[in-house]
Amino acid sequence: MSQSDPADVFRVEAQELLDQIEQSLLDLENRPGDADLVAQVFRAMHTLKGSGAMFGFEALAAFAHTCESAFDRVRKGEVRATPELVSAVLGTLDHLRALVQGEEDGTGTALLAAVDAAMTGAGGVGCAKSSSEARWTIRFRLSRDSLVNGTRPLPLLDELRELGICEVTALTDEIPPLDSVNPTECYLGWEINLLTSQPKSAIEEVFLFVSDEAALTIEPHSEKIENEKTEKATTATPAEKATETKSGPSGAIRVPAERLDELMNRVGELVIAQSRLKQISATLSDANLHSVAEEIERLASELRDSMMSVRMVPISQLFGRFRRLVHDLARETGKTIDFETSGETTELDKTVIERLADPLIHLIRNAADHGLETPEVRRASGKNETGRVMLSARQAGAEVIISVSDDGRGIDLSRVRAKAEKNGLITAGATLSDSETLQLIFQPGFSTTEQVTNLSGRGVGMDVVKRTIEGLRGTVDISSKPGQGSEVDLRIPLTLAIIDGLLVRVGQGRFVIPLSSVEECVELTTEQDLRSKGRSFLTLRDQLVPFIRLRELFASRSGPDQYQKIVVVSTGTDRVGLVVDQILGDHQTVIKPLSRFHAGIETFSGATILGDGGVALILDIPHLVAAGQQEEERLRAAI
Amino acid sequence: MQDNSDIAWDNDHVRVLTFDLSGETFALEANLVCEILDLLPETAVPGATPLAASVINFRGSVIPVADLRLAFGLAAKGMSLDSRFIVIELDCEGETVFVGLKADKVFEVTTLTRAAAEGPPRIGTRWRQDFIRCIAKRNGDFIVVPNLHRIFATCGQSTGLAGPQH
Repeated sequence: MSQSDPADVFRVEAQELLDQIEQSLLDLENRPGDADLVAQVFRAMHTLKGSGAMFGFEALAAFAHTCESAFDRVRKGEVRATPELVSAVLGTLDHLRALVQGEEDGTGTALLAAVDAAMTGAGGVGCAKSSSEARWTIRFRLSRDSLVNGTRPLPLLDELRELGICEVTALTDEIPPLDSVNPTECYLGWEINLLTSQPKSAIEEVFLFVSDEAALTIEPHSEKIENEKTEKATTATPAEKATETKSGPSGAIRVPAERLDELMNRVGELVIAQSRLKQISATLSDANLHSVAEEIERLASELRDSMMSVRMVPISQLFGRFRRLVHDLARETGKTIDFETSGETTELDKTVIERLADPLIHLIRNAADHGLETPEVRRASGKNETGRVMLSARQAGAEVIISVSDDGRGIDLSRVRAKAEKNGLITAGATLSDSETLQLIFQPGFSTTEQVTNLSGRGVGMDVVKRTIEGLRGTVDISSKPGQGSEVDLRIPLTLAIIDGLLVRVGQGRFVIPLSSVEECVELTTEQDLRSKGRSFLTLRDQLVPFIRLRELFASRSGPDQYQKIVVVSTGTDRVGLVVDQILGDHQTVIKPLSRFHAGIETFSGATILGDGGVALILDIPHLVAAGQQEEERLRAAI
Repeated sequence: MQDNSDIAWDNDHVRVLTFDLSGETFALEANLVCEILDLLPETAVPGATPLAASVINFRGSVIPVADLRLAFGLAAKGMSLDSRFIVIELDCEGETVFVGLKADKVFEVTTLTRAAAEGPPRIGTRWRQDFIRCIAKRNGDFIVVPNLHRIFATCGQSTGLAGPQH
């Protein structure tokens, strides 16, 4: 971490600040009078300006300064945060993002003019490069013994930064050779290039208490000094850099994701080694070994939990980005769109969240562009003119369900069908159920829009969405009601690496059932066993639960155990019983992927290594439950 | 997948590992071989293609085990003291895949010469020609060099579960 480029650290920080500004601005659109939001924007712009200048992003700092000044005046009540102003500042964010990446897209001047115009419209005088603003060059040098007297130069520099954009250069010419340095003496001087709207007196005030012991010159800036400065602009002292980079949120550090992955792998190995230890200690009846094994089991499980929580981030991170998207979509399509989100606190693995961004962007675009009608059409069909796009997340068992829905026209099945016939995906006149027709949307090269709009309709969408989600071991469901809207549900497994599992035996094979989907275990009584030849249901607290005999599903050759058990599993909505020969106990399961040779088998989501070095397969509960339901339907039909 | 139907001859020689499958001698390029494992407990994968019907634990990863006998229609034999898993590294569509191959006995690492190698015979064998890269004559016997990529090309898909039997 210590060797990384400081500019990269800044880029990450700037990205976060810009996201934060964007959110606050969007909120401000809805609540124009909110002083807290104005202050948030101001503070974030201020930080951006400060760190930008520190890391040599001069253009960025200057730009942020203008926006900051605008919000400073809003904060002071001089101008109102009109929608025009908010919109104009929002417009500058992309330019700022480009500047953070070191690209100049040449739109800066126009954008600033727009902010300026909006300011004027909002009851104030434009501020960009207003006449009251001036550049000052300040040189100051403290006396040698000033540190001993308790004078601290850094707060002075900070105070100057408060005044405007500040570029600080250390004057190191008076530092003596190392062996004659007295560590209590101050050899440094500073030259500060300050752009401020404050008068000279304000600058002098900063130095009020040190004026006796400092050599200070404050003079209007001249171009000559500017040229000199660019040559040594990057020579801020290391000490200053250190203080500045600390100014992130307190107590949080950034760690590269690969390190977390590495740590996660180690934890995985530890968990496997621990279960071997547990097995050995179970066979040797040594009380000491036993207590150590238990201790290690507890530690490993705690370590695993904290490791998981380190990787989990709230999904609000992702949802935040989409508000801007919807804002832009509304403008481009001329629709008014109400964007609602819920369940922002739902947590998911960070790598999963990152991979969800693109599919969700696509789904939201589809909802806004294809799904929602124009205001005129909506009015004609008796709907509220404002269309709604809803994005929600919730946890159900070991899955997170993210759904994108709209209250638009729904998916026109006949059009989907016509398109599929035209593209040769189905033969003309083929019989398809509604849900089968909907599935066609996920075929590569499918798109229903006649014209290719700027937003969607290039036909590269839904198949990519489906593939990405399946890559995360998730599933995509789509449903639609004509005239009432459509909904896409993404079901994503919560964790990628380690789960708690229930280890069971079926015939010779051992299998892991994810513990999060296990509801209860009951015995399969002989009576049920016999009766279920005709129907595979058991009655559980007055509810019929279908069950699957894993022995039959897995074609085990050996005879069944005398007392078989039923593990009742659930996917959140449906329950199914799984008949197994023996329940072996709980098992911390490190998920290992199955190779491509076995990737096509949906019944298993992966494999794990057991304490004895053997391999157990992990059951994919949603697929098993789906299989159970088909079985149930088949049986019902047979009756 | 690179086309491995050509053997990478080095000065008309190639180092191979020879092994026995139901009485026939097979050979693999030695540089494909990672490790030769003694017998390990296999875990059957219900619903998998019979060619790769189980998995084993290889240094903490779960890798598939393939039985080449099924590709060549040879009689399956139970495990014996001489049985081994030959773990090889295959390049499948840019992805490195480890596969354990069952062998009834592993013989030796030896050198095949180009002069002694022939393409698959057009007649006189029930074996699929595209599964064979070449047949080499040595000491009056034949050594079969299988085309693993072609053989495993069919392994991606599931053959479906056995299904409930009533």
